[in-house]
Amino acid sequence: MSADTSAPATQASPAAPEPVDPTLVGTTATRAERGRMRVPWRFIGGRAAFYLFTAWAAITINFFIPRLMKGDAVDAYMARSQGQLTPDAEKALRLMFGLDHSVPLWQQYLDYWGMLLRGDLGVSISTGMAPVGDAIAAALPWTLGLVGFATIVSFLVGTVLGAVIGWRRGGRLDVLVPVTTFLGTIPYFWLGLIFIAAFSSVLGWFPAGHAYEVGVDPGWNAEFIGQVLSHAALPVITIVIASLGGWVLGMRNMMLTVLDEDYITVAQAKGMPNRRVLWRYAARNAVLPQIQSFALSLGFIVGGTIVMEMVFSYPGIGLLLLGATNAKDYALMQGIFLVLVMAVLVANIIADIAYAILDPRTRQTEA
Amino acid sequence: MSIPVPPEVAQPAAGAPETAALLTAERRPAPRRTFWTQLKASLAMFGNRKSAAGLIILGVFTLVAVFAPWIAPYSPTAQHLDATLEPPSWQHLLGTTHIGEDVFSQLVYGTRGVLVVGFLATIMATVVAILVGVTAGYLRGWKSESLSALSNVFLVLPGLPLMIIIASQFQDPPLWIIAAVLGLTGWAWGARVLRAQTMSLRNRDFIQAARANGEPLHRIILVEMLPNLMAIIASSFVGTMTAAVLGLTTLAFIGVIPVSNLNWGTILFWAQQNSAFPDYWWWYVPAGLCIALLGVALALINFGIDEYVNPRLRSAGERARALKKRGIDANAAVTAVRTTASPTSFPAARAAADPESTTA
Repeated sequence: MSADTSAPATQASPAAPEPVDPTLVGTTATRAERGRMRVPWRFIGGRAAFYLFTAWAAITINFFIPRLMKGDAVDAYMARSQGQLTPDAEKALRLMFGLDHSVPLWQQYLDYWGMLLRGDLGVSISTGMAPVGDAIAAALPWTLGLVGFATIVSFLVGTVLGAVIGWRRGGRLDVLVPVTTFLGTIPYFWLGLIFIAAFSSVLGWFPAGHAYEVGVDPGWNAEFIGQVLSHAALPVITIVIASLGGWVLGMRNMMLTVLDEDYITVAQAKGMPNRRVLWRYAARNAVLPQIQSFALSLGFIVGGTIVMEMVFSYPGIGLLLLGATNAKDYALMQGIFLVLVMAVLVANIIADIAYAILDPRTRQTEA
Repeated sequence: MSIPVPPEVAQPAAGAPETAALLTAERRPAPRRTFWTQLKASLAMFGNRKSAAGLIILGVFTLVAVFAPWIAPYSPTAQHLDATLEPPSWQHLLGTTHIGEDVFSQLVYGTRGVLVVGFLATIMATVVAILVGVTAGYLRGWKSESLSALSNVFLVLPGLPLMIIIASQFQDPPLWIIAAVLGLTGWAWGARVLRAQTMSLRNRDFIQAARANGEPLHRIILVEMLPNLMAIIASSFVGTMTAAVLGLTTLAFIGVIPVSNLNWGTILFWAQQNSAFPDYWWWYVPAGLCIALLGVALALINFGIDEYVNPRLRSAGERARALKKRGIDANAAVTAVRTTASPTSFPAARAAADPESTTA
């Protein structure tokens, strides 16, 4: 039996001294593929063009939204100061924000690009004229750390669970699919509030909100880290619960499709251990659409953090955006939106690279 | 060796071939294609139990929304100042709020707000998705690529922040603006899926034949292609509606949408503003459960459509269960050959065949 499968391997490398496991070597085709990993320049070029176009479109939308609306940041600021500012001050503010009506729109657009390229996002009215970049830099690590961690945990747990459910099809684990889907249809903010009510107000296991207690000094000491972890527990748990269902369902559906393929039957007929068939043959192929939707779902995840941060008063970028919206602080809103879009784009680029590594077909067909 | 063949088995071989009888049998007349049979065929994807259950729940919610004034015992904004924050009673089925509004009445009227905006947003998003997706799939070259790039851009833009930024620009947005904002951020996924499916349909024989016959473009798309895209359109409709309902209630809860538009999210907004959590459960539990129930109904419809499009999703579990009933593991690499018929003697037979395992 083994003589048949190892024949191509011995043909290609006749000097192989010790007998090798034929299942590890693979076919001649896979080795030929491994041998010449050509760089698919056209594929990379196409993706790069798409990302540049998306970035340009997002920045342009970002530029136009506040300008198309009636009333701008300066109007809002003047209204709030209730006549304490002179018209001269208004004019100065307009110059500062690049909202001067006497400057034509295309000039404003070019100025906006110039500011962006210099890394200048303008100043934020609602946080006391601080640079927008500083305000975002203070909030971003909290969001990235918490939501990034929760999302990766949810993706890994959901995908592994979906693979096992698909493998043991028809078993008792099938119940998990509707259960996790139900948990996913619960509105996140409600789930968060219920968890706060149950585990914080009634049981008192976890703190109800904020990233750490007021009196604690931020720094690399045990007390602060412990505080951060205990404050992050409820948000992480709720995000994982709310987002698990999609990963489980997607992976399980893909597994059911893949498990009917001929190569699974062949792998089993060769007597390959079940664990290897499950993870290296079935799951590896079934996970590809998951990675695609992982990248696409990042936009929704970023949106979800707004609600999470509002419910848990977590000092991240979502709370900052809400504050900016309420204060009509357009510079801050634009800056945050820009950062969010860029984050999603970077995540998509990473997912593209992962996809190209995992699935050689994308490199071949697109190139 | 010469076993006598029973006559009833030997007969077909000896006599006339069976197929001749089939061939000469009177052909059944094809069922007449009426409007109703066509409607029934296009609704086949809702014919399974999961879809039906989802549609029934959705139908009940729709009825509640339509007949809200007859179902609700009070006006949703009527204040009963002598009965504030009361737990559920026969007077107020789901209790009252901090200013004595009837929570049940608010819930009933809120259904209307959710469904009107939800359907409106979904219809807008689906129309855009069909227009962009089918056109992008049917055309070739730069036109197709640029439409695809457009939907990809909207797919990448974070939806909720965009909704918040746009919705906050309006002082008192009317219903259709809220729906348009939700639709604007929700059409891209459907367009992407539709484009992929249209591209695969474009090269099928029946489309080529229609084109060769000189059928006009709108007829090819409307009559030849759209019926084959119905399942995908339905599935993206349901998915968009789920997103729209969650988006609407979230926006209302955040307080971006004016509270005059009563929906389930507004109830939760007031509940949180007046610190109803965790004591006044009758104020915040029903609204959340309603959103979840509507979400479950939509998910069930989608499960049913998925199983209709990809029958493996249903049959895989059924086949594995059938195998298990006969004592076979669907994942076993080697199929066990059972030499004895009765299951009671099976362990004994295995022990006899493999004495090492019992001693080790």
